[in-house]
Formats: sequence, C-alpha cells, structure tokens
Amino acid sequence: MAKINSAGELETLRKSILAKRDPNKTVIAVCNGTGCQAYGSKNVVATFQEQVKSQGLDDKVEVKPIGCPGFCERGTLVIVKPQDVFYQRVRPKDVAEVVTALGKKDVVSRLLFADKATGAKVTRENDVPFYKKQQRLIIGNNGLIDPTKIEDYLAIGGYSALAKALKMSPDTIIDEIKKSGLRGRGGAGFPTGNKWETTRHAHGDVKYVIANGDEGDPGAFMDRALIEGNPHSVLEGMIIGAFAIGAHQGYMYIRNEYPLAVKNMGIALQAAEELGLLGKNILGSGFDLTIKIQRGGGAFICGESTALMASLEGKVGEPRAKYIHTSEQGLWNRPTNLNNVETWANVPLIITNGSAWYSQIGTKGSKGTKIFSLVGNISNTGLVEVPMGTPLREIVFDIGGGIPKGRKFKAVQTGGPSGGVIPESMLDIPVDFDELTKVGSMMGSGGMIVMDDKTCMVDMARYYTAFLEGESCGKCVPCREGLRQMCQILTGITEGRGKMEDIALLEEICATLVDAALCQLGASAPNPVMSTIRHFRAEYEAHIKEHRCPAGVCKIGAAAVK
Amino acid sequence: MAAKNQKAIVKQILQKNQNDRARLVDILQDIQAEIGYLPKTVLEATAAGLDVPVSRVYSVATFFKAFSLIPRGRHLINVCMGTACHVRGSDRVLEQIEKELNIKPGETTPDLKFTLETVNCVGSCALGPMVIVGEDYHGEMTPEAVGGVLAEYK
Repeated sequence: MAKINSAGELETLRKSILAKRDPNKTVIAVCNGTGCQAYGSKNVVATFQEQVKSQGLDDKVEVKPIGCPGFCERGTLVIVKPQDVFYQRVRPKDVAEVVTALGKKDVVSRLLFADKATGAKVTRENDVPFYKKQQRLIIGNNGLIDPTKIEDYLAIGGYSALAKALKMSPDTIIDEIKKSGLRGRGGAGFPTGNKWETTRHAHGDVKYVIANGDEGDPGAFMDRALIEGNPHSVLEGMIIGAFAIGAHQGYMYIRNEYPLAVKNMGIALQAAEELGLLGKNILGSGFDLTIKIQRGGGAFICGESTALMASLEGKVGEPRAKYIHTSEQGLWNRPTNLNNVETWANVPLIITNGSAWYSQIGTKGSKGTKIFSLVGNISNTGLVEVPMGTPLREIVFDIGGGIPKGRKFKAVQTGGPSGGVIPESMLDIPVDFDELTKVGSMMGSGGMIVMDDKTCMVDMARYYTAFLEGESCGKCVPCREGLRQMCQILTGITEGRGKMEDIALLEEICATLVDAALCQLGASAPNPVMSTIRHFRAEYEAHIKEHRCPAGVCKIGAAAVK
Repeated sequence: MAAKNQKAIVKQILQKNQNDRARLVDILQDIQAEIGYLPKTVLEATAAGLDVPVSRVYSVATFFKAFSLIPRGRHLINVCMGTACHVRGSDRVLEQIEKELNIKPGETTPDLKFTLETVNCVGSCALGPMVIVGEDYHGEMTPEAVGGVLAEYK
C-alpha cells in the first residue's frame, strides 16, 4: 500500500478496503492467541483452510485467524460470522463437520456452549453467559480482526481517532483525556491526563513515550491479549499521546516470554510505517514519531517505571527513588511519559467518542472498563472486560461461572503479588481503584486469582513472598532482607516450625517494608501477607498451634509434631 | 561451536543493532538465541563492541532471568509456576520432572539433552499446570503425565 499523506486519503483508503468486502460473506474466525495455540489452534486454522478448499467454498468463505476473544477455558474458539455462531473446544477432527454444516446453513450442535444449569445450547456468541454481562469496548475488537493485517483494523474504523486528534490542539487532547477520568491501568491508577500534562510542560525539547507491556504478574495476561490481538489499538493511542505530549520517540516494552506479542507488534509497526502512520510528517500534520520495540529480560521489577527505563538504557533493571518524577526526568534524564498498554488502548476510544461518553461508564472515581484476567480455581478461565464498579461477586460467579468440582469459594486475590486476598464476606464490593484499596488489596494490572477451599492461605502468602523475594532487585535493604526473612518465617509455619510470635514479627517486617522500601515492589509486597493474616488468622494459628494445615496443602512433617 | 564462530555472531548482531549500547538487553537476547548461552568470551566481545566495561555487560547478563552463562540442553523445559498453575498443583509436576531427570531448576542434564527452568506465567492459565518444552505447550499436566511428555523428546 502506498503512503497516506492526509486524513482525507486515509478515509479514501478505508472506503476502498470496505468496498472490496462483502459484509454478508461468511467468515470463520479462529482464535490464534497464545492460549488457544496451546490447544493447537494453528492446526485448526490449517484444517479449516483445507476443508473450505476441498468443499469448494473458497469464494464464499474466508478463514481468519484472530486475536484472543477471552474465553480461554473453552479454546480453541471458533466464531462463524456474520451469524455469530459460537463454537468451543474445536479440534481439527471437528472441522470437516463445521464446514459441511456451513454449506447447509446448519450448526453443529455438539460444539455449542451448553448452559451448566439447564443444559440448553447457546448458539450466538453474545448469548453465552461468560460474555453476556461483559462490556467489551477494548478487547471485543480482537474478535473482528486479523492482528497481522492493518486493513482489518482500518476496516473497523482504525486510526480515525488519530486523524481526528492531529487536527486538535495538544492542550485540547490532554483536556479531553483529563475530563474522561481515565486512570492508569498498570496498577497505580494515576490520572492519565495529568501525567501527560506534566510531561508536556516539563522542560526540554526531547521527550519520550513508553508503552509498558512487561506484564510480569503471574496469572495476568490481558496486556498480552491486547498486544498480540489488536496491536494497532495500542499503537494508535500511543501516537495520539506522543502528539499531545510533544514526543518524537517511543518505545514498546514487551515481555520476551510473549513471543507472539513481540512478533505481531513488529508487523504492526512496520505496516504503520509503510502507510505513513508513523515516521515523518504523519498524515501531513508535520508531526514525526518513531517507535521501537524493546524486549524484556524476564524481570518482574522491570514493570516498575524507573526500572523499566534503566533497562531501556541498557542497564540493570533497578528502580530509583522518585523524588523527581519520570515525567520530569525519565529515560536518559528526559521527560518521559510511561503508560500501560491497556491505558494506551483506551485513548482512541475517548478521542473518537468524546470524554462525556467515556465518563458515563464506571464509578465516580474510576471511569471506563477494565479487563481482568480471571484464573485459578474458576469454571470459566479467561479475560473479562467489565465496567468499573461491577461487583466482585458478579465477576466470579455470573461471568466466571463459580468454582468447579463442586468445591467452595474461599478467596480471590486481586492485584497479583502486590495485592491482597478478598474473602467471601467482601464479595459484594464494587470493583474499582478506591474500593479495592480500602479492603487492603489493589487493582493492580487486573489479575484475579480465585481460590477454592482446598487452597491454604499461609501457603499462598508464602508463594507470593517467595516470588517477590526472587524478583526483588536487591538494591534496598528492607526489600532484599525483609522479604527473605518473611519467606523463611512463612516457610517455617507451613512446615510446622512456626511460633505464635511469628505473626507479630511478620506484621512488624511488613510495616517496615511499607515505610522504607525504595519502590512499589517492596512497599506493596506485604499485602498478601497482611491480608491473609487479617482475614484468615485462624489458618495461621492452626498451622502454628495444632501443626495442622486445614486445607491439606502443607506437608507438615511428623518431626515437627514431635 | 568454535570461539571464532561465536565472535562472528556477536559482531553480526552488534551491527544489526547499530552498536547501540542502549539495546544491550535486546542484543544479549539475540546472541543467546543464536549460541544458546552467553560464554565469557561473548560477554567480552559484546563489551568491546559497545565500548562499555565488561562489568556492565556481566551485570545485565546476570540480572535478567532470561540469560544463562552456562551451556543449556537441547530441549529447554519451562515449568510454569504462575499463580494459576500453582493453585492447580504445578509444584508436584515440577517435583516429578526433577525426579525423572535428576536435575533441579536452572540445571542441565549431563547429556545436554534437557535444561530445566521455571517461569512465572506464560498466560495460558486456562490450561494450567503448564509445561513448555522448546516451543511445544503441554497443558493440564499431572505428575503422572510427565514421563510420557519427556519421552517424546528423548
């Protein structure tokens, strides 16, 4: 495709792409996210292509590999459009039957989702209970596009927000973002518009923008789904942000454990450059921007902004104290604006639909939707996008389908290793930044780990502490030594060597970490320990006093019992 | 692989990255993908090529979990220890692999066939516990299934 030089040319290109497409043509969309690839979705795609050909449906049916639509539990997912027939757990051996049924305008009933309670089959994607209560503003587009084709993104209106933004003044854009109430999706929930404004007004000609895709929280993969499933949405938000801030260089920092995300973003960057949506004089506006991909090295700490920037400079990923904000002095000591990939993906929506529309969604203090990664002991593992303020119970039971194997719900951990556990008594809280903080957890990047009654809470606290001890960069003493001690104490308790004083000692070390750790990894590390002590103290006491693990997880040796 | 050959690889990768010292993490990723690990001579050649002290390259190579200074086996086994896999019993899967291969995480079998590592989430949580061998994903692993999976690579 030739380079586009103006917003008008972009619209002409969009029209020509749409003109070539028949909206009634059958599209077999096959999820090709990492989750479904683990089920063997590549084979499913190949088999579909063979079958469509051998049954002579080439010109009537298109097979499209798509990004992750979210319902990982039921992969490989196949959606037949425009009817939106939703097939689940599709294996290569099922493909011939699906294609044959398609020719007869029929559906294959055995591959449809069956309602757990009634056994009734659900045909259309949006009627599946998992999707019904969601509001998929961001992740919904994953199901519509082949992430490796920029034409697909343009066909659903892609880059029109960029064209609109380039005609606005940077101050107006920032004002819109501020009015929308968008807060950072990486965890801290800092107001995005204010961050942009500070970076814009910081001294210096050279400024940077960064997308943080170093999704290190174990059990969280919404950022991966966005980068690999709809890379252009992240990119478009980033270009708009860079224009508003006045940055001409950007970095896309992606975890190397996500090879498909790195690959798809690379393809997206190249396509955007070829079309002139990146590079010099973007859409004839006179604005220049280059964006490079940087792969992470497998360090959880690099999700912290200053550590990430250090590693971008080719140094060890250690954080620094933030007396001076990165928006004033960040990468190479220049003003730098870093946002999470999901934050960036929200930007085009706000510009297209306006801040008034966006701020209607969500609660008073938290606007918009949030994608959660619902995992652990839950019937419907997957990615869930709901408006802020949705009660936790609704996410776990209505969307998540509750706890499998007839077991009972015990707790849910939000915010990954930096968050805390929330017990059943608090399940009715609305999920937003402020409410989660109030109950001793946090939003974090959106991991939600559900635990059933066979999960030991002391073991969970030990697990998170051991994880963080391993990931602590070792720069500051409270984190390096404190976590080590905590881990030893918790391991002792799970092995039956605990003493009652240990609980008070844990609380004391936790308080020190909160006050004295250099960065948020250390300062939030006590959350899993403090919240399990607060809500499940009886379990700690059973381990210590009775040498017994109520959940039956910890191997308390006979020696410890004497 | 001969040392001379390794140096040529380093040179080529440095060139591809315009000898940009800011891209050190990326450069080391590429080198490791080619050679399999980061021997001392490679660290020295990288430092010389980027005109930075060897200590800088060494600190980065030892800080990030992705890098290894010792040779690795032909098949890299990654056992996911993410939270979702943990609550589904990945500990016992790891224990079984350790027993079968007689190595601990971070170690390589003496015949250089397998290297065992753990990873903190690959985001395929619906399929946990997850074991990845090379580029193959093996989901819903149990200690009983470990032997069969390993046999595929022996």
